[in-house]
Amino acid sequence: MKINNVKRLIFAILLACFINVAPGLAFGHISSTELIDNAKEYDGKKVVYRGEVIGEVMKRGDFAWVNIHDGEHAIGIWAPFSLTKSIVYTGSYKAKGDVFEITGVFNRACPDHGGDLDIHAQVFKKIESGRLISQEVNPDKIKKASILLGVLLLVWILRLFFRK
Amino acid sequence: MILKPGKQDIKAIGYYLGKIIIGLSCTMAIPILVGLLAREINPVLDFLIGLETGLIIGLILIRVFRTDRELNWMQGMIVVSLAWVAVMFLGAIPMHLSGHWKSYLDACFDSMSGFATTGLTLVQNLDHMSLTHNLWRHLTMFIGGQGIVIIALSFFVKGASGAFKLYVGEARDERIMPNVIHTSRFIWLVSITYLILGTLVLSIIGNIGGMKPFSAFFHGLCIFMAAFDTGGFAPQSQSILYYRSFAFEIVTVILMILGALNFKLHYHIWVGNRKEIAKNIETVTFFISIMAVFSIVAIGLKQAGIYPQAVMFFRKGFFQLVSGHSGTGFQTIYPSQFSSEWNNLSLVGVILAMGLGGAVCSTTGAIKMLRVGIIFKAFLEDIKKIILPERAIVIQKFHHIKEVFLQNKQVRSALLITLAYLILYFLGACIGMFYGHPFLRSLFESTSAAGNVGLSCGITSATMPVVLKVTYILQMWAGRLEFISVFTLIGFFVAAVKGK
Repeated sequence: MKINNVKRLIFAILLACFINVAPGLAFGHISSTELIDNAKEYDGKKVVYRGEVIGEVMKRGDFAWVNIHDGEHAIGIWAPFSLTKSIVYTGSYKAKGDVFEITGVFNRACPDHGGDLDIHAQVFKKIESGRLISQEVNPDKIKKASILLGVLLLVWILRLFFRK
Repeated sequence: MILKPGKQDIKAIGYYLGKIIIGLSCTMAIPILVGLLAREINPVLDFLIGLETGLIIGLILIRVFRTDRELNWMQGMIVVSLAWVAVMFLGAIPMHLSGHWKSYLDACFDSMSGFATTGLTLVQNLDHMSLTHNLWRHLTMFIGGQGIVIIALSFFVKGASGAFKLYVGEARDERIMPNVIHTSRFIWLVSITYLILGTLVLSIIGNIGGMKPFSAFFHGLCIFMAAFDTGGFAPQSQSILYYRSFAFEIVTVILMILGALNFKLHYHIWVGNRKEIAKNIETVTFFISIMAVFSIVAIGLKQAGIYPQAVMFFRKGFFQLVSGHSGTGFQTIYPSQFSSEWNNLSLVGVILAMGLGGAVCSTTGAIKMLRVGIIFKAFLEDIKKIILPERAIVIQKFHHIKEVFLQNKQVRSALLITLAYLILYFLGACIGMFYGHPFLRSLFESTSAAGNVGLSCGITSATMPVVLKVTYILQMWAGRLEFISVFTLIGFFVAAVKGK
C-alpha cells in the first residue's frame, strides 16, 4: 500500500512537472513549409529551425536580421548581434553559408516588425561550417562559345561578301 | 476572300525581326561586362553563347530577308508578336545554361515573365545565383518594361512610319512627342533619370539597414528596375520581405505607383504641368480604384484578424494591394500565406486590383485605368440619357491630357479589350481548376499571369504541369501585347494556310 502511494506521488510530481514545463519546450526541428503553412498553430511558440545562412547579416543596433534557408524557404531570424558573430560564411554564388540551428519564438505576424513572419532567436548553434565554392571554368561552355564565335564570323564575312 | 501573305510580307517581317533580335542580343553585353568585373567566368560564357546565338540568327534574317520597304500595319503587328516570342527563347539561353532552372521551358517561362514585366518565377536556388544572371533577370524587366521594340526604334529603325507601327503593336498607342522615335528616346530619358534617383535612395536605405555598400547598390539597382517597370523579380527568394525594412517598402510603393503612371503624364509633370495629375481620368480612376479595392482587402483582413495594428495593415495589406494594382508582384508575405492566412474576401480584393492594372502607355499590364474610366463614363452617359428628357443632348467628356469628347468608338475599343482580358483570366482559371486547384486560387494565379502582375498564391512552381506553364506563358504574352498583335499573328497563319 505504502509503495503504491509513493509511486502515485512520483507519477503526480512528474505529470505536474511536465504540464508546467511543456509550454517552454521547443517543438523539435520544424521545416519552413510547416511553419509557414501552419503559422497559426506555431504562433508564439518556441521552435527549433535549421538551415543555411543566406544573403548577409543586416545589423540593426544591438540586433541583426539573418535570413536562414532550409532548402524550402528562407525565414528571417531576429537575433542579438552578439549571437550572430559566429557566422563566417553567408550563402551566395561564391559561398555556401554556415548551417545554424536556431531556437527561438516563432511569430506568425510579428507585432514588433510590422507583421512579418519571423523567429526571435534565443539560441544560435552552428551545425556545419560553410565554405567558398570553387569556380572552375566549364570546358563545354568554352567549346560552345568558340564554335558559335566561328559561325558568327563566318556569317559576318559572308554577309559582307554578298553585299558586294 | 482571304489573301495569302506575299513574299514581300515575309521579307519585311523577317528583316525587322532580325533587327530586333540583334538589338536584344546587344543588351547581353551588359551582364557580360558585369560578369567580367565580378569575375564570374561561367556566367560570362553563358551570356557570350546567348549573344553569339542572337547575332547569328539576327544577321541571317537581315541578310536573307533584306528589304528597303517600310512596314505596313499587318506586318508591324506580326513583327512585334513574333519578336516577343523570339526574345523569350533568346533570353532563356543564358538562364538555362546557369543551371538555376530545371528545364529550358522553365527558363523560357522566367524569360517571358521578365520581358513581360510579370514576375512569376520558376527559378531554383535563387539565393546562390551569380550577380551576372541576377542582373539579367532584372534587366529583362527594364528592357521589356520600356518595350523590346523601343530599343530597336531608338537605335536601329530609321523610318518613322514603320517605327510607329511597331510602337503601336507593342500596346503603346499614345505618342508623347510628335515623332515616335523621339517618344521612345523620351521614355528612355525618364526611365534612366528615375533609375539613377531610385537606385540611389534604395542603396542608401539598404546600407543604413545593414547591407554592405556594394550589395546595397546592387539590390537597389535590381529592385528599382523591377519596381519602376512593375516587374516583380527580386534578387533574393523572399522578395521584399528579405530587407525587413519599412522605409524600403515605402520607397518601393512610391516606385511601383510611378511605374504605373502613363509616360505621357510623366512628360507633363516634367514640363511643369502638375495639375494634370489631379485632372487626368487615369490618375483619378487609379486613386478611386485603389481606395475601393483596399476597402475590400481591409474588410477581409479585419475578418481574418491577422494584422491587428495599422502598421501591419499597411506593410502587408496595402503593400500587396499596390503591388497587385500596379502590376508589380513584389511580396512581403510568403505565397502560401495568401491561401492559409488571407480569407476569400481579401483575395477577391487583390484579384480585382490585379485585373484592373495601371495606366496605358506605362509598364503595367491588365485592363488599365483609361479603359475603366471610359467604360464608367459611358455608363454614366447612358444613365443620363435615361433620366433626362428625350430631347436633351447628352455629351460626356473626360480629361486625358486634354478635354476629350466620349465617342462610341472609344467605348467599343475599351469594352472589347476589357472583355478579352476577362476571357483570358477566366480561361487560365479553368485550366488551373482542371489540375485540381480551387477556383479562387486558380483565378488569382491566372489573373496575375494575364495581367502581368506576378503575385503568387503558391500555384506557380517548377513542379506544376507543363500545360499550366505553357498557359501562363501564353497569358503573359497576350496580356502584355494587349491582344491585337496576337490576333493579327493568328490571322496571318490562317491566311497562310487558307488564303488564295
